[in-house]
Amino acid sequence: MSQLLIYVKAFAVGGLICTIGQILMQTTKLTSARILVLFVVSGVVLTGLGIYKPLVDFAGAGATVPLCGFGYSLAMGAIEAVNRYGLLGALAGGVTRNAAGISAAILFGLLNALIFKPHAKP
Amino acid sequence: MTQKNPIKPDEYRRLVARMTPHSRHLRGCLRAFWVGGAICTLGQALGALGERLELSEATAPMFTSVVLIFLGTLLTGLGVYDRIGKYAGAGSIVPITGFANSVCAPAMEFRREGIVLGIGAKLFTIAGPVLVYGITASIAVGVVYWAIRGWLM
Amino acid sequence: MSRLGAQTLAFDVPVAITAQTSIVGPKEGKGPLRAWFDVILEDDLLGQKSWELAESEMVCRAVERTLDAAGLAPERTQAMLSGDLNGQIIASSFAARALGIPFLGLYGACSTFVQALILGAALVSGGYLDNAVCVSSSHYCTAERQFRFPVEMGNQRPPQASWTTTACGCALLARSGGAGEPRIASGTIGRVIDLEIKDANHMGAAMAPAVCACIAAHFEDTGRSAADYDLIATGDLGWIGRNILMELFHRADVQMPDEKLVDCGASIFFQEQDSHAGGSGCGCVASVSCGWLIKRIRSGELKRVLVAGSGAMLSPVSCQQGQSIPGISYAVCIEGGAV
Repeated sequence: MSQLLIYVKAFAVGGLICTIGQILMQTTKLTSARILVLFVVSGVVLTGLGIYKPLVDFAGAGATVPLCGFGYSLAMGAIEAVNRYGLLGALAGGVTRNAAGISAAILFGLLNALIFKPHAKP
Repeated sequence: MTQKNPIKPDEYRRLVARMTPHSRHLRGCLRAFWVGGAICTLGQALGALGERLELSEATAPMFTSVVLIFLGTLLTGLGVYDRIGKYAGAGSIVPITGFANSVCAPAMEFRREGIVLGIGAKLFTIAGPVLVYGITASIAVGVVYWAIRGWLM
Repeated sequence: MSRLGAQTLAFDVPVAITAQTSIVGPKEGKGPLRAWFDVILEDDLLGQKSWELAESEMVCRAVERTLDAAGLAPERTQAMLSGDLNGQIIASSFAARALGIPFLGLYGACSTFVQALILGAALVSGGYLDNAVCVSSSHYCTAERQFRFPVEMGNQRPPQASWTTTACGCALLARSGGAGEPRIASGTIGRVIDLEIKDANHMGAAMAPAVCACIAAHFEDTGRSAADYDLIATGDLGWIGRNILMELFHRADVQMPDEKLVDCGASIFFQEQDSHAGGSGCGCVASVSCGWLIKRIRSGELKRVLVAGSGAMLSPVSCQQGQSIPGISYAVCIEGGAV
């Protein structure tokens, strides 16, 4: 039962975060690029204020998979690295913690662009 | 031109707003909710799989995001992700798979402009701003945390 | 040749449209006007390496087919007036490179075809040319990557967004045509009008005031009204833009019966085709004019038609810098039957 509850929480919180994005897009004419930037920066700021971590503890992937989760991970990386290395950690931490994701996006983006061709959908 | 009642920009803007149909808000939100929720649930399942594979606390989240990014780019390459996006809107833009789509789609689109300035440069059309502002914000959070750390303890 | 009023050219020496061709892509070929188009492409890449080259190839094929139909060799064609949406109108100039016809490149965004008809008719009527081929094209994929997003990007379009047509229209003008041939009688050059619409997705709203002003100017200059025309076709305002235009006519006291006003962008797609506000792009008014309108004038079904092309004069740069969208419109009067 508790296993199922974890998935329900991930679904509900993840869905709600995406719905906030949808409401923003429908009411403000923000393009997807701006939405993505907005969500990452909000994730960073909310984590810095100590608000986002409880949400991650509650909803798991429901809070880490949306792009504000990337912001959470960037901010946590910076904070953890400051604890270990001091001020320089603020520069190193964010990228270090997310290096795998960023590198994966670059690698898979590149490979797909080399393999596939874009098509117009009639 | 001697139009009799020239319409003013303010008035015209109101006229246009009145005559332009709205997106179907409720339908759009429901679709975004269930698709976004489903992608997050998949992320949760991948996390559980990571535990089964006995990945460490540090590498399990990496595993989840790498697999989701892989799926996002592959579905973009296969020409499926834009269809999902048309249906789900923010439901497939906001999750990390949407970030992967925004890396892959411009790279594919501008391949014909060459390997370096086509794929290489355009790959970051949208990912670039995300990284610029995400990383800058995280540095700011780190610096603020460093400054007030002693005070927090 | 003479001038009427402030903005209108009246062609006293009639300029005949001796042949025309319309080519459309697969999506347009499933729309309500499919039976009227000469060629429906099965593949929008046309065997080329890029979409830009595909658009150019489409222009070449349209011109060649038109000249074939008129029995005119490219070497004897005296001018090609052409434009498209690509930066520096490469689809047109690359086609002109392949065809070798003396070339005048034009840009009027989606109104380019009507701009070409007016200029071509003026040059032919004035005796400077014996013939001129007027053509314009657009391609969904070339426009999308330039003005919006890569095609594989998972985005939603708002209801007011238009769908750039993959289409091309080409008309051959000549001083002496057959007795019953469609001819260009007059043309009105519009002013650029901007009522500060900034939403690049809402081009119908950005262009409607320019169309209203251009048609009103045409009526004033020629002393005519909508009653003198069988049909008034606007270029690419879409369903929403057309409704806005009707409201603008009403406010400007221009009589416009609802059934006489058709919009090319609103006519080329079914609303179920997910094209949102309708079709747009230089090829839309060109292919609909050459396919649907000129053919019906040629057959005698329509006697006099006013085609008012409309263009949204934005660029990706002006949009990103937050500028509003200036609209332009050109109107051309095409007549059929006995002179």
